[in-house]
Amino acid sequence: MSAIAILNARLLDPATDYDGPGAVLVEDGRITEVIHGGGAVAPAGVTVIDAAGLCLSPGLIDIRVKTGEPGAEPKETLKSASLSAAAGGVTTIVIQPDTDPAIDDPAMIEFILRRGAALGLVNVRAAGAATRARDGVHMAELGLMDEAGALYFTDVDRVIANTRTLQRVMSYAAAFNALISCRPADPWLSEGAVATSGELATRLGLASAPAIAERIQLERDLALVEQTGARFLVDQVSTEGALETLARARAKGLEVAASVSINHLCFNEIDIGDYRTFYRLDPPLRPESDRQALIEAVRDGLIDAITSAHAPAPAEDKRRPFAEATPGAVGLETLLPAALTLHHEDGLELLDILRPLTQGPATLLGLEAGVLKAGAPADLILFDAGAPVVIDADALKSKSKNSPFDGRRLQGRVLLTVVGGRIVHDTR
Amino acid sequence: MSQPAALTDLILERLAPFPRSHFLSAGDLNAATTPPLLDLADAFVDFNRQSSKSLDLMRGRTVMNLFFENSTRTSASFEIAAKRLGADVTALSPRTSSTAKGETLIDTAATLNAMKPDVLVVRHGASGAAALLSQKVGCAVVNAGDGRHEHPTQALLDLLSLRRAFGDVGGLTVAICGDIAHSRVARSNVSMLQMMGARVRLIGPPTLVPGDADRWGCEVFHDMREGLKGCDVVMMLRLQLERMEGALVPSTREYFRFWGLDREKLSWANAGAKVMHPGPMNRGVEIDSDVADDLTVSLIQDQVEMGVAARMAVLAALSARLDGDAA
Repeated sequence: MSAIAILNARLLDPATDYDGPGAVLVEDGRITEVIHGGGAVAPAGVTVIDAAGLCLSPGLIDIRVKTGEPGAEPKETLKSASLSAAAGGVTTIVIQPDTDPAIDDPAMIEFILRRGAALGLVNVRAAGAATRARDGVHMAELGLMDEAGALYFTDVDRVIANTRTLQRVMSYAAAFNALISCRPADPWLSEGAVATSGELATRLGLASAPAIAERIQLERDLALVEQTGARFLVDQVSTEGALETLARARAKGLEVAASVSINHLCFNEIDIGDYRTFYRLDPPLRPESDRQALIEAVRDGLIDAITSAHAPAPAEDKRRPFAEATPGAVGLETLLPAALTLHHEDGLELLDILRPLTQGPATLLGLEAGVLKAGAPADLILFDAGAPVVIDADALKSKSKNSPFDGRRLQGRVLLTVVGGRIVHDTR
Repeated sequence: MSQPAALTDLILERLAPFPRSHFLSAGDLNAATTPPLLDLADAFVDFNRQSSKSLDLMRGRTVMNLFFENSTRTSASFEIAAKRLGADVTALSPRTSSTAKGETLIDTAATLNAMKPDVLVVRHGASGAAALLSQKVGCAVVNAGDGRHEHPTQALLDLLSLRRAFGDVGGLTVAICGDIAHSRVARSNVSMLQMMGARVRLIGPPTLVPGDADRWGCEVFHDMREGLKGCDVVMMLRLQLERMEGALVPSTREYFRFWGLDREKLSWANAGAKVMHPGPMNRGVEIDSDVADDLTVSLIQDQVEMGVAARMAVLAALSARLDGDAA
């Protein structure tokens, strides 16, 4: 494999807290040298890329990506998701197990990894279901899936309501030091809800769940974590109350990771407006105060991973009355510009935004990527952090175009995506 | 029928009254009373290998086998043991009789007690059932397994098997593997092995090992290879089918991969390590046939043979105590 030298870049590496001029040399799919400061000269015979002062960072790692493969290929395949990821600067995607059939045995994990690798685009990894067919009752083959390469275990949007089942799953997973992830949503309070309880939901006449539904379930989950010693990831924190619970657990010394979706960092419930179904999300959008609390949590390092919560849904599933529309939004291609908005509009430091998009998830899942250092996989992105863009959902590479960012003006454009030393996306 | 007098004399010489009026748990024996009982059982092993196996130590006594739970080998083992000692044996499976009609355990006990048995051998699905019965009857009660509580004659026969294989149980490191949480065999064995100076480890998935098992004075391992390092004995437990298909273990194939004993995992134990199993085995679930059937490592068949001898020792000793009480 040929060697590449990316010179004259602004390196952004959350792992070393470095934000400054530099260069990166790549050979045989791995970073061979990271040079801080200007004036680096490429060795003879390598392909030189002049970054001209643009940002160079580790590729993004998105730990929550849904596709339709297998089972619902018209909405998204591993290929269309990979193309979308490459275009968005996401170099590793973790496929969610809520496929049809569910990814709940080692053969399915191997299927996803094999199909993903054959595409030669981004790193396709997989999470396994925590219970068989995500039934919330029968524990899935966590040990065998772990051996097959599952990065973590989750029933995705389904809550394991039976506390005893979850206790057993957590307790069993601890034998493999496997990571369990759960959506905190009290199943009874959240049943049928499509919005957060409050003035807006009442006015729109939408079935709603109170914000405490999240905190209640999180308290249960964390109590089980405490008892079983399981490694745990809180999937998509979205309320201030849950953040407080999380902070309190951390203060007690509990090792719990948390993710937040880019949508909940960028939108609030007002965006639902007149029943715009592209903003029908799960968890539902929250009041602005929750969004502000989430941004603060990212700033304070309470959040380990920002996800795109990529959830493709074809137009026919979205063009429905609000409550009947399929929840979720595509997000792989808009993840970086949306995250950069938090820098431009909400004042977050670039490194603080990039950390939960690179080093944070890498550390959580034990991946080598996510850092700019010699020996790490050459998963890199070159982007213009200030370039204005208008999102055009129809131009997205995803097979589904359900983007809530459609028509929005954002800043940030990915120019080059390198995965394992190979250029998989180039719009310089 | 003639016996080699020496063997019968040896049995009579070693026969001493049982230290308690019932044998309900491992705690009814201690480090002082166990070895003489094992010595007696040892003599019965040799006795049982003769063509003529009949004694009259319990002549005239009635042993009642009361098995509320399904059992083939344990009830047969007790029945043969009692018959070889010359006792009259009645076997009852009350599941199919009056308890099915709503009679309580205590009513059944009172009814049976009125028939004046001398020894009641009880297996019941509820922990503590044997102890409850012992308070309501006038005869000696032997616990043949109560719920997930204890199975003391199993632990005794395991000790006998180990003592014959290794000479001494003290100093051995024994790994008990599998479904510890629901196993009465594990509970009795932990007590008895520790009593006799063995070090006990517990190995199994966290869902099948009680969270406070470390307070039993055992080391707990979830990684079987790690746990088997340095072990002299690997005691496998039966995984009940209903546990496999529940939420405790994902599947039999996964269980076998991580906690099933095969040649490779056994190689992590000490050279010359022995394998035990209380039976009946789930081949390919908790144990590979390759290991189970290898007589150079497996004590599993020995355990069955020792079972009869150990139970003869217990019954004979209890009977001797009854004789003493009567005198």
